Formats: sequence, structure tokens, C-alpha cells
Amino acid sequence: MTIATFALEDLKRILLEGAGADEGVDLDADILDTRLDDLGYESLALLETGSRIEREYGISLDESALIEAPTPRVLIDLVNAQLAAGV
Amino acid sequence: MSAPVVVTGLGVTAPNGLGTRDFWSATREGRGAIGRITRFDPGQYPARLAGEVPGFEAKQHLPSRLLPQTDRMTRLALVAADWALGDARVDPRELPEFDMGVVTASASGGFEFGQGELENLWSRGSQYVSAYQSFAWFYAVNSGQISIRNGMKGPSGVVVSDQAGGLDAVAQARRLIRKGTPLIISGAVDASICPWGWVAQLAGGRLSTVDDPARAYLPFDAGAAGYVPGEGGALLVLESAERARARGARVYGEVAGYGATIDPRPGSGREPGLRKAIELALADAGCAPGDVDVVFADAAADPELDRIEAAAIGDVFGRRGVPVTAPKSMTGRLYSGAAPLDLAAALLAMAEGVIPPTINIEPAPGYGLDLVVGAARETELRTALVLARGYGGFNSAVLLRR
Repeated sequence: MTIATFALEDLKRILLEGAGADEGVDLDADILDTRLDDLGYESLALLETGSRIEREYGISLDESALIEAPTPRVLIDLVNAQLAAGV
Repeated sequence: MSAPVVVTGLGVTAPNGLGTRDFWSATREGRGAIGRITRFDPGQYPARLAGEVPGFEAKQHLPSRLLPQTDRMTRLALVAADWALGDARVDPRELPEFDMGVVTASASGGFEFGQGELENLWSRGSQYVSAYQSFAWFYAVNSGQISIRNGMKGPSGVVVSDQAGGLDAVAQARRLIRKGTPLIISGAVDASICPWGWVAQLAGGRLSTVDDPARAYLPFDAGAAGYVPGEGGALLVLESAERARARGARVYGEVAGYGATIDPRPGSGREPGLRKAIELALADAGCAPGDVDVVFADAAADPELDRIEAAAIGDVFGRRGVPVTAPKSMTGRLYSGAAPLDLAAALLAMAEGVIPPTINIEPAPGYGLDLVVGAARETELRTALVLARGYGGFNSAVLLRR
């Protein structure tokens, strides 16, 4: 059995489902290192996103680490670390 | 401080018209919009009719970012606010953010959103409740979302006094403008036609259970047996007359007078408060009863409440002393949204010199009202009085002057 991994495409899908996208923001651009607040996602949007990731992947995320994740890359690494640890 | 405050923009989302133009043409022609509920199956409930806003596709008007976090009433309100600002030719990005505020009224909050999250909670668990439930249901959410979308950081708030709230919000906006905030968006949009909202409204005990849309909501008719609820409302751009003049704005009219009272305790034997609210509004505007050209009635369609309203109007203006109309006979009662929609209709009525009709009813002669029924009545209008009463004893009156 392979361990599930969480990729940028997964994050984009969940962001769009849970919080939509601001006008003028192109999630298909190179956003890995763009700040999440510059993409229009404030703390509540990240809470909603984190809650959806937790449900879908059966993991638990540290709420404050989630909200403080400055970029998609940091958030994706956070999720993958939890997936690898199996929590 | 009593500097004049005027209306320079209108945004309307009504059951009989999405947008001011459609609403007004339907209203002056007496086209009703009450019908069997389509947003859920009302078959198992005792009341099955409502005034629903037709053809509203939120994603055509709003960015996707806003959709997961908004109830239907907020989506309607955001679009009405956009339209009101456009109508006033105000671009909020060009104004200092603390020079603009938002004061709306709300009667129930975002019930449909809340219902969905409650369903998630008990069927799937707390992990499935949206983070946006923290505010999407809330009474103040329309003020908040309009403020955020348009960068309006001046004094803002929400008024909760059922149907009277729509006038109380405009009065609060007028106070804030007189204290120095140049521009306020005010009014209300309510919408809670979902099963949870519906049972809450049924619990009030005043809904009509008639199934014929032409016979269900009959204010001031001998057959009055409750009201039909609706959704929607109107938002208004309010500014000081001085500022409106300075920027060359088109002015619909002045919010010239306001009065509000609370009914005495039931069983006290004291007079209901509506007459006093009317007198306060007239005094505030410096008007005599003879100066009032038309009254937009609250029109509860409950025999006792109709009697109280007819008596208050008769006491102030004399038997058949002033034309009275209730265009909400076309839309149903929109809770907080009703009175702002009446304000919009009254302003448009004054501009055109035409009183829109009350539809479907045959006035009961005992009330002594000069009701405008059947078709619109053409007449010079310089002033209009709008009345609204809220469940629990709220009475409010606003006098508009052209």
C-alpha cells in the first residue's frame, strides 16, 4: 500500500470547493510560493480548507500551524508530514 | 442637527422584479408575484405560498470567493448594494473608506445556510460544519459583507426589529450622516424561504393558509386571514443633501421625518403606538397631516392589526382623508426588506406622479380608507408616508419628501 500524498492540485481543488477564488487571482499560475493571504485566503478560509483536508485524508492538523502557513508549499508540506506520520 | 439627508441610489431585489426597472414596471401595473413555493416542497406544511425572487443566479453577479460563505439573503443584498451604488454613480474605491458606512436591518439572518450546516452537524458530524457558519447566518452579516466588498469602514451596524427594522435602519443611517459620515448604504434584504425558516415563520401564527395566490393575502379586505411571506428587499444610498448637491447627484427624495414607538403591554387597555409613530414622523418633518399625499401601509392582513392601522391612519388624516396603498399585496411581506422596498416604490411613485395599486382586495368599508385598488392612480405627489410594524410591538414611520 502506498501512502497518500497531497499535491498542489489537491490543494487547489479543495480551496476552490471550500472558499472559491478571488476575482483576478489565477490559481493555475505558479503559486507554490505566493502568500496565501495575497491569494485572498484569510484565516477563516484556511480553517475551512484545513477542515476539508482533515475530512478527506483522515488526518488531524494543528490549527495554528495551518492558519500561519504562509504559502501553498508550506501548507502542502504540513499535510504530507501528517500523512507520512499517519495521524 | 437636522441637515437634510437624501436618497441618491436604489438597488432592488423583489419577488415581482429583479432590479429597480423590472420591479417598478410590475408594481405600477399591479403584477403580483405570489405563488406556490418552489425552493422546497411545501406540501406538508399548512402554508404553501410565498413571494420568491425569480431568476436570481448569484454566480452571474458575484465572485466565487463569496459563494461558499453566503446565504441567499446575503447574495441578494450584495447585488442590491452593487446596484444601488451604480445607480447613485458612486464608486466606493474612489472615496475614503471611513467616509462610508452600512446600516441594514435583518429579521432572521441566513436561515437556509444555517439549515444546511445543522444538517451536516447531525448527519455527518461537527467536522462537516463550514467555518463560515460562524457568520453566514448572523443578523449583521449583510452589513458586514457589503462593508467588506466595498471597503466601507465608517460607522455601521444592524437593526433587528422585525418588519419595522427596515425603517429603523434608514433612520439610523440618517443619524450617522448627520453626525458626519458622508455616505451610508441602508435598507434591508431578508430571505428565509427554506424548511427551517418556514417553520419558524409558521410558529408566529400569522401566515395565510389559503392556496389561491389571488386570495391568500388580503389586507384591509373582509376576507383577511393572515399574510403571505416573501423574500428580497431594497438597499438605498443615503447622503447629506449638501454632499449630493455638490457632486451633482440625482436625488430621489429626502428622508424628511421619522417616528418610532413600541406598543403598550398586551391587555393594558392603552392605545397601540402606530398613531403616535405617524405623528412623530410628521412633526420631525415639520409637516401637517394635510401635507401628506400618500400612505404606504404596513398591511398585516390580520383583522385586528388591519383595524388598528386603519384607525391610526383615520385618526391622523381623517376618514378617507389620504390615499393609501399596499404594493406588498404583490410581493407578500418581506420582513425587514418590506419597508425599504416601500421606500423605493414611494420615491419612484413621487417621481412619476403615480400611486401603485393594492391588488386582489376589495376594501372593507368599515375601515374608512381611501385605498388605491385595481389600477395605479395618477396624481401629484410631493410627500409619501411609509409605515411598518414588527412582531412584538414595533411601530415605525418614515416621511419622504420629493
